[in-house]
Amino acid sequence: MKEQHKHTKAKKYGMVIDLDKCTGCGACMAACMAENNVPFKKDESNKLDSITWMRVYKLTNGKKFPEADICYLPRPCMHCEGDHGHAPCVSVCPATATDYSHETGIVSQIYTRCFGCRYCMAACPYHARYFNWWDPVWPDGMEKYLSPNVSPRMRGVVEKCSFCFHRHQLAMNKAYTESRRELKEDEYQTSCTQACPAGAIIFGDLNNPDHAVTKIAKPDHKHGGRPINPNAFRLLERLGTNPKVYYLSSRRWVRRAGDNYIRDERGQGNH
Amino acid sequence: MKVCRRSFLSLIIGGAAGTTLSPLPLKMMDDSSIWTQMWPWTPVPEDGEVSHVDSICTLCPGGCGITVRKVATTIGDRAIKIEGMKGHPVNDGGICVLGLSGLQLLYGPTRVKTPLKRAGARGEGRWEKISWDEAIAEVVKKLGELRGKGKSHTVACISGTDSGTTAHLLGRFLTVYGSPNFIRIPSIQDSYELTMHLMQGVQASAGFDVENSDFVLSFGSGLIEGWGSPVRMIKANSMWKERGKVVQIESRLSNTAAKADKWVAINPGTEAALALSIAHVIIQKSLYSADFVNNYSSGFEEFKQIVLNEFSPDDVSEITGVSASTIESLAKSFAGASKPLAVCGRGQGETPGSLNEFIAVHALNALVGNINKKGGVCAVPDPDYIKWPEVEMDRTAANGMHKGRIDGAGSKKYPDTRYLLDRLPDAINSGEKYPIEALFVAGANPVYTIPDTKAVKEAFNRVAFVVSFSSYMDETAENADLILPNHVFLERYEDVPTPVGLQKPIIGLSKPVVKPQFNTKHLGDVILLMAKSFGGRIADAFPWDSYEACLKKTLGNKWDGLVNNGFWADSNFRPAAWEGAFNTPSGKFEFVNKGRAESIKIEGDEQAYPLILMPYDSMRLASGFIGDPPFAIKTVEDTVLKGNDIFVEVNPRSARGFREGDHAILSTPKGSVKVRVHHFDGIMPGLVALPRGLGHTAYDEYLAGKGINFNELIGPVEDPVSGLNVAWGIRAKLTRA
Repeated sequence: MKEQHKHTKAKKYGMVIDLDKCTGCGACMAACMAENNVPFKKDESNKLDSITWMRVYKLTNGKKFPEADICYLPRPCMHCEGDHGHAPCVSVCPATATDYSHETGIVSQIYTRCFGCRYCMAACPYHARYFNWWDPVWPDGMEKYLSPNVSPRMRGVVEKCSFCFHRHQLAMNKAYTESRRELKEDEYQTSCTQACPAGAIIFGDLNNPDHAVTKIAKPDHKHGGRPINPNAFRLLERLGTNPKVYYLSSRRWVRRAGDNYIRDERGQGNH
Repeated sequence: MKVCRRSFLSLIIGGAAGTTLSPLPLKMMDDSSIWTQMWPWTPVPEDGEVSHVDSICTLCPGGCGITVRKVATTIGDRAIKIEGMKGHPVNDGGICVLGLSGLQLLYGPTRVKTPLKRAGARGEGRWEKISWDEAIAEVVKKLGELRGKGKSHTVACISGTDSGTTAHLLGRFLTVYGSPNFIRIPSIQDSYELTMHLMQGVQASAGFDVENSDFVLSFGSGLIEGWGSPVRMIKANSMWKERGKVVQIESRLSNTAAKADKWVAINPGTEAALALSIAHVIIQKSLYSADFVNNYSSGFEEFKQIVLNEFSPDDVSEITGVSASTIESLAKSFAGASKPLAVCGRGQGETPGSLNEFIAVHALNALVGNINKKGGVCAVPDPDYIKWPEVEMDRTAANGMHKGRIDGAGSKKYPDTRYLLDRLPDAINSGEKYPIEALFVAGANPVYTIPDTKAVKEAFNRVAFVVSFSSYMDETAENADLILPNHVFLERYEDVPTPVGLQKPIIGLSKPVVKPQFNTKHLGDVILLMAKSFGGRIADAFPWDSYEACLKKTLGNKWDGLVNNGFWADSNFRPAAWEGAFNTPSGKFEFVNKGRAESIKIEGDEQAYPLILMPYDSMRLASGFIGDPPFAIKTVEDTVLKGNDIFVEVNPRSARGFREGDHAILSTPKGSVKVRVHHFDGIMPGLVALPRGLGHTAYDEYLAGKGINFNELIGPVEDPVSGLNVAWGIRAKLTRA
């Protein structure tokens, strides 16, 4: 599978999220739910079973008034590449329901293959995966807004952010009908990127030096994609998951919050 | 074979053991769960040809452009996604949580599906379905009776807006019918209009050129929490990250404060003093714009004396808790910036602010000469396109119009204020002026949004006939006698003039994206039908066959452009030059000096209530007339809402033994509620903060019963000059549950 599709250059779709710009407004979360037919229940305040492919976390610097500070951190699926596509979730899936695409760099989730063992949820260090404990129920009439591009999931399967993969498919279909093999940068954008009023989310191909994501994060592909930009960081960098979502922050405490440190330890977030 | 006791027992026990130990039950359970997974209750959304419609979102006064994706299916067009409209002057592709959840309102269970007439007691929830003819006849009959008795002035109308053709039709109907009581929902727009009127002599809304400003001094405005046009402000905030500075003056670390370049924690309610102290430094160090102050302003000398004598940084530092050196540095950086801008109006701006404070903050803008300038504050006139002939009133109507407004706006006491909705409940309950016999509510949910919910409900009970035009079963609709449901914004035409805070006049056009889903009717058409039933002068005032015809005619040659582009912008608009900008008696900008010393005292006794309760706003919680749809409520953090419990923010230093998550009773002079405690280091010790937008009793099971409505805990506090409710907080205490 790995080396197929030689006729197109391999993509590595990824994201850069500017935490200085992110206002925590939550538009990305709602944009994701609306795009991907994400269900909802009467009570969504138990965040362990509340399905949010994109979830905005609130970070605090732990200082007292008036030195206290907060920062918001949107968390989609990181689409980890790991080592040659061995993302934590992909390695453990006994059903091959989740796979790493070397063509796009997207970690897929095939609901009809998933039998709900939830190994992938245990393996994911980012809590990006959610289990459908119940069948989705839309109130009478509300099914009308469901998008035909994304199938609603049934009880008993795991779901997660797909980088709006159906948008990639639609864009590719369009490109093929126009006899093109390559997409332009703006042809394939995720729903959250498009909605973000702050313009804090940037999406594109990390292999393409002309794409904004590459220019900003400056991933060092020789060293597992580590960002060269000193303000950029990835979550839990030292686990070696090689995620494709980069964060930017000018604040040191925010960069340090991206990983676990023992007290007084110098680390990635230190510079 | 003989069945003996032993063999019988062996069979039973062996059978039971075998069944239990065999994988059969497990297998059957597994099979049945897989089998039920395949049942058809997981919907398969029908596919079809995709198309897009550009329109305007009217869920808040932000006026964003939206592009709605539709798919044509066998059951008709389905709207499947709302996205921000690329190239729109307000939001250029961006969109907020509420806008994104719009389809849940369109297709949701909270819609009022047909005209309803109350069958049980008020608020009991028993309704009788009636036809539109019956509904309109019912209203006309009631209004006719009142008018016949010469009581036309006892009809009042609460409207979410006073701009655009629908609101104008409503106002026109009231006038020609004979009632002066058209009341707009209050907001900081009232305070800014009054400020513009008093200081600049113009009837205009305040527009802020935030995109071009390079130093924003915000006195508690939730710049990225829904103040002004929310998406536009968040976009501007991203621009400031690259080329600008923001200073947030606020007693709580809001998102705006966290994102600002500098957060100045201030004692709540002392913002005006801080603004005047900044003016003190600017004047003392001669950092002001001499050209503007000397040539285009009046009253400066008196203003100078007051601020120099009474507002030195040292004195003000004691009141505000902001150090004298901070005040000096704020003044220097504000006056030293090339395009400084000072704004006020707390949070999302849903409660007006004290006139004292608005005048003080606007004086800062005048000192640096950024009135009607790039990056500054502009007086934006209404786009003047509604040019209908003057109404001709008959004698009954003229008599009614002479009676004076029930809310006291425009009276001798409050001559410059246009609407005073927050005074309405008291005016009705005290009955000092005249009773209100009939009340119309359109585009508003006063039972939820007006402070002192108990008094509001009492006032509603005193009104014999309440008509709601709400599309949703909200708190006000629940307490009405008759509901005449309007189409929702995705089903109707509507002109949307200049969004709040925009620095240039534009008009947006809301378009029907899908056919009306239920038996609803456009409010504009309902007004026309009512007027026609009356006949006489009332019918004469409405020479249009339908709302759509009226709108087309009113917009004239702008119509085609609006239909094609979704919006119209006046490309020739330039803010008036200083020479002709001010219509005050002096012809100059007035440094208004009245009522300066008075600060707003909040309700409650300090001894009995040692804490101060303040509301806070969030982009994820809609606190206006629209309640949070399911997507939006799902984004709310579990430190704000857990189950049905709401959390109050308390500084750990003033938590008095309440641990994180503890249950407590929060009491104010207005009421007591059950809450849970959330420790937050970003809030000033001595304060408690409660989010706005929760505590709905109406709407669906996804919203109703969750949390507490802040308005149950606070009452109005009148501004001495404007009469507007300017309560920014109330005294409170936390006790063990």
